[in-house]
Parts: sequence; structure tokens; C-alpha cells
Amino acid sequence: MSEVIVSLRNIDKSYVRGKQSIDVLQGLTLDIPKGEFVALMGPSGSGKTTLLNLIGGLDTPTSGEITVAGQRLDKLSSGGLSHWRANHIGFVFQFYNLMPMLTAQRNVELPLLLTNLSAEKRKANAVAALTLVGIADRAKHKPSELSGGQAQRVAIARALVADPMLLVCDEPTGDLDRKSADEVLHLLQILNREHGKSIVMVTHDPKAAEFASRQLHMDKGSLLEAGATLV
Amino acid sequence: MKYFPLIWATLWRKKTRTLFTLLSVVIAFLLFGMLETVDYAFSHPSAGTTGADKLISTNKYSITLPLPFADLQEIRSVPGVTDATWLTWLGAYYQESKNFVFALPIDTESYFNVHKDEFIVSDEQMKNYRGTRSGALVNVALMKKFGWKVGEKLPVHSTIWTQKNGSLDWTFDIVGTFDVKDSTQANAQAYTVFFHYDLFDEGRSFGKGTVGWIEERIDNPANAAAIAGKIDALFANSPNETKTQPANDFAMTFIKQIGDIGFVLRAILGAVFFTLLFLTGNTMMQSVRERIPELAVLKTLGFTDGKVLALVIAESLLLCLFAAVIGLGLSYATLPIIGQALQGVQLDPVALIPGLGAAVLLALIVGFPPAWRAMRLNIVDALSGLH
Repeated sequence: MSEVIVSLRNIDKSYVRGKQSIDVLQGLTLDIPKGEFVALMGPSGSGKTTLLNLIGGLDTPTSGEITVAGQRLDKLSSGGLSHWRANHIGFVFQFYNLMPMLTAQRNVELPLLLTNLSAEKRKANAVAALTLVGIADRAKHKPSELSGGQAQRVAIARALVADPMLLVCDEPTGDLDRKSADEVLHLLQILNREHGKSIVMVTHDPKAAEFASRQLHMDKGSLLEAGATLV
Repeated sequence: MKYFPLIWATLWRKKTRTLFTLLSVVIAFLLFGMLETVDYAFSHPSAGTTGADKLISTNKYSITLPLPFADLQEIRSVPGVTDATWLTWLGAYYQESKNFVFALPIDTESYFNVHKDEFIVSDEQMKNYRGTRSGALVNVALMKKFGWKVGEKLPVHSTIWTQKNGSLDWTFDIVGTFDVKDSTQANAQAYTVFFHYDLFDEGRSFGKGTVGWIEERIDNPANAAAIAGKIDALFANSPNETKTQPANDFAMTFIKQIGDIGFVLRAILGAVFFTLLFLTGNTMMQSVRERIPELAVLKTLGFTDGKVLALVIAESLLLCLFAAVIGLGLSYATLPIIGQALQGVQLDPVALIPGLGAAVLLALIVGFPPAWRAMRLNIVDALSGLH
């Protein structure tokens, strides 16, 4: 049996908005083996992004156990989660979330500011990551000078540069045209297959989900049975 | 240092806004530098006299009120007083009122005894001065400023003292020049003209037998307070009570006749910085508000709460210190102009140093609220646009 990188046990998550408590996840249990590319699908409000946030250590469950890369995240403090994220997780967002005033290279260097690497080494690693995603020639360009597809490649380079075990992608192609989306998804597939990165990707797009090695469907805060989809 | 490019780039994210904020802070610190230097000069006086071994006695109630000449002998009899001299304020200018001249009638012997080893005058010129009743010794800097030459007539206009013929104009013969030995006194003495007290006393139409103030040399600076007390006790309950104080304090009293300069300057600065606090504070708040998703991304990448707090405060520090250094630098460049306007007041650039402290304080005050907000940012809410 292959090593499990993400393990969730009886996860409940509820938010309080005003005086109302909203249950988003209920009793969710899930294992994701290392090296898997998982597409998380489901309608809006089904809890996909909440689940992704929990796996990425951005949020903590109301109850239940969550272990990612051997670390119990539900036991970590806010500062502990920050350090853990810096070393283990790469994030890719729907709207790229690049710093508009920094060049592509400086954007990619951001996670490395938290390391003890020298300026030269940081720069070299950033260029290597940009080369890996095929956009090294745009290293000196600012986000406003890049197309959506190029910006998302820069965001993926930023997610990769610290060499995390797990990439967490929230609708990474949601803002892209079909061609650019396919290029980005193909890139994620290469990172999974050739570089061994485990990937959890939230998407609404069935075509995007086809690039994954496993599809999971959520509804009303729970995972549907394997092979089941909403009709 | 590795965070500098990020902080610098963030600062210039909205170039126009940052530029205008920077300009406001630069102007505030330019003003701060100018006013603080003047305030410092007024509260650290050096004009007129040097050393701790001198006291000055004035009328207790106002420096503009005279003292009887007869007080001099009594003061000389006080133990500890080694010599005393008397002076009066002529209140003069040359040709135009902006050309202030510190024309000082002196008793040659006693004045140069009290101010022993403070001035450089050639023997020949001192001899000429002693031998010429209308003679004047002029500071070398003043000679140079107006292009005067030894041997020329020096007409000055007094704003106080009329002559017997009703004229306010007094004319002297420049018979020599003097310089100061202590270079720190160069500015203080830059406008001084010495002339004979006899000429002044005989020429003036009123106030004969009175003096403006009396300066004493004492044997031990450590006894200054006790000696001053003894002098004032001599004239207690007389019609002309005295106030005796160290020479440097006297200079401050003299300048403060025009009001509490320090209070006025600090009030202006207070108003400027109060306004600046809101302006810069608002800019920082707005800047952070606009960057909430970016700050959330930094946190997502692993920047801790403390690191995000430090980044925003560093940004505020960079803005305020950068602008303060420019503003204080500009005010340093204006010192000669201010010095000219405040003739005789010595301006010291050391007064600019607290400006850097003020910049740090300003940065912390305006930077902390947005930094705190950034630190407390909930990543999930910020990324979903709930902040």
C-alpha cells in the first residue's frame, strides 16, 4: 500500500457568521496517497475550498484529525502552521495572486525569503522554477505585462520554488481560456507524473478534472461514494 | 536586508500617492529642522559671552529698564567678584533696519579685563582705539560683510538713543578690527562694534548715570549661584532691584524678550505633526486596506503574523525616515539663511538629530494600527474577500 500524504478523520468544520453557525463539513474522512493528482469537484457551497484550506493548513477543523505529510495540523498553532506551510505546501490560486509591483522572478522568490538562502541562490532557484514552467524569458516582467496563462505559470513556479511535497490548487484554470487552461493543466500533470508532486485541485470544470488521476465529488459537506457524481 | 526590495516595491505600489505623502513628510521635517534649530539656539545660548566665570546683573523686572551706574562700585565689593564692567544696548543698524549692528558702548579697561583673552586685536589698533574718542573696533566678519575699511567713518542709526541734538544717528571712526579666540563664539560676535562708553554717555540726551547691565567676572564658577545671590541681596528692596544670572542664561533672557519662542515654535510643530499624523496614518491604512489579498498571500506562503506586522511597520519606517532625512537635509541647507535672518544667533546642526527620533516615533504611531490589522488578518476570510 502506497504512503498516505493526506489523512482526514471525521472532520467537522463549521463557521459562525453573525449569530448563525454554518456547518460546512460533516464527518469527512479521506486518504490521499503520496504522488496522487486528485481533482475535487462539486457544486458551489459543497465545501471543496474549505476542505482544500484544511489540507493546506490555512484553516483548522472544528473537530477531527487531519494529518498532512506526517504532521497533525489540528495540533499546530498559528505560527506552527505558518512554518509548516512554508516548508511543505505550494499554493496556486484562481486569480494567480501575484504581487503586482514585483517582477515574475521576485514573485517566485517570495517563499525563499523565509529560508536562509543567499540572494544569488534565491535568484538561481527562482529562475530554475520559471524555467521548469517554461516562462524564464518573462522573468523580468511584471504581472500586468503577462497573459493569464503566463501569470498562472509564474504562480505555479512560486508554488514549486521551495520544493513542497504537496501542491494545493484552487480552481487554477478558472480564469483562463481553454487553451491556456489545458497548458496549465498539462504542466500540473507533468509536475505530478515526472516530478512526483502530489496535487489536490479544486475545479468546477470536468475537462480539467480529467487531467487528474482521481476525481472526488463533494456535496453538502460530504464526499460522495467513489464513482458517484451528482446528476 | 533581504526584505528591502519587497518593502521598497510595496511602498511605491501607488506612486503618486506615495510621492505626495513623501512630500508632505519632507516639508514637515524641513519645517521641523528649521524651527528646532532656532529653538535649540534659543535654549542653548552662546551669544554675547563665553565661560562659566561670568555673571550678568540686570534690572530685576525688565532688561529694558536701566540700573544706576553707582551699583557698579557696590558689586565690585562683593567677595568673589574680581572685576566688573558696564554696558548699554544701543539698538543700532547700518543704513537699513535689516542691517543689524550690535554696537556696544564699553569701558575699555574694565571690559577687556572682564573678557580677558577672548578677543584678538593688534597692539597698534588697540592703541589707536584707546587714543581716538570716536574710535570703533569692528568685528572682522562685519567689516567683510559690508566691505568697510579701517579709517572709514561708520554711521549707524539707533532705535533708542537720541543725541543731544535730537539725532538718532551716531558716527564712529573705524580704527581697528577684532576677532574672537574661541571659534564657537564667531557667530555670536559677528555683528559687534565696540565704541567708547564716554562718547555714548556724554552724547545721549537722556539716561545719563545709568547703565543697561553690569557684567562681572568671578573667581570661581562653582560659587556663581552664591555670588549672584549676594549681589542681588545688595539691592533687595531698593528702587532698582537686580537679577544676577550666569552670562549664558542672560543671553536667553535677552532673546526671550520677544516672547516664549520655544512655546511658539513647539506649538507650530505640534500642529504640523498632528496634521501629518492623520495624513500619513490615513495613507498607511488605505495602503494596507488595498493590499489585504496580497498580505493574505504572504501569510499563505508561510509569513508569520509577526513577520507581516514587521513588514508593514518597516514600510512605515522607510517612508518616514526617507522623507525625514530629505527634509532635515534641506533644513540643514537653509541654516545659513536662517542664521542671517536671526542675526547673532548661533545655529547648531546638532538640533536636527531629534528629527530622526521624531521620524521613528511618527512611523511607529502611523504604522502600528495598519500593521496590527495586517497581523490579525484571517487568511481564509481575506482570500475570499470577506475583509
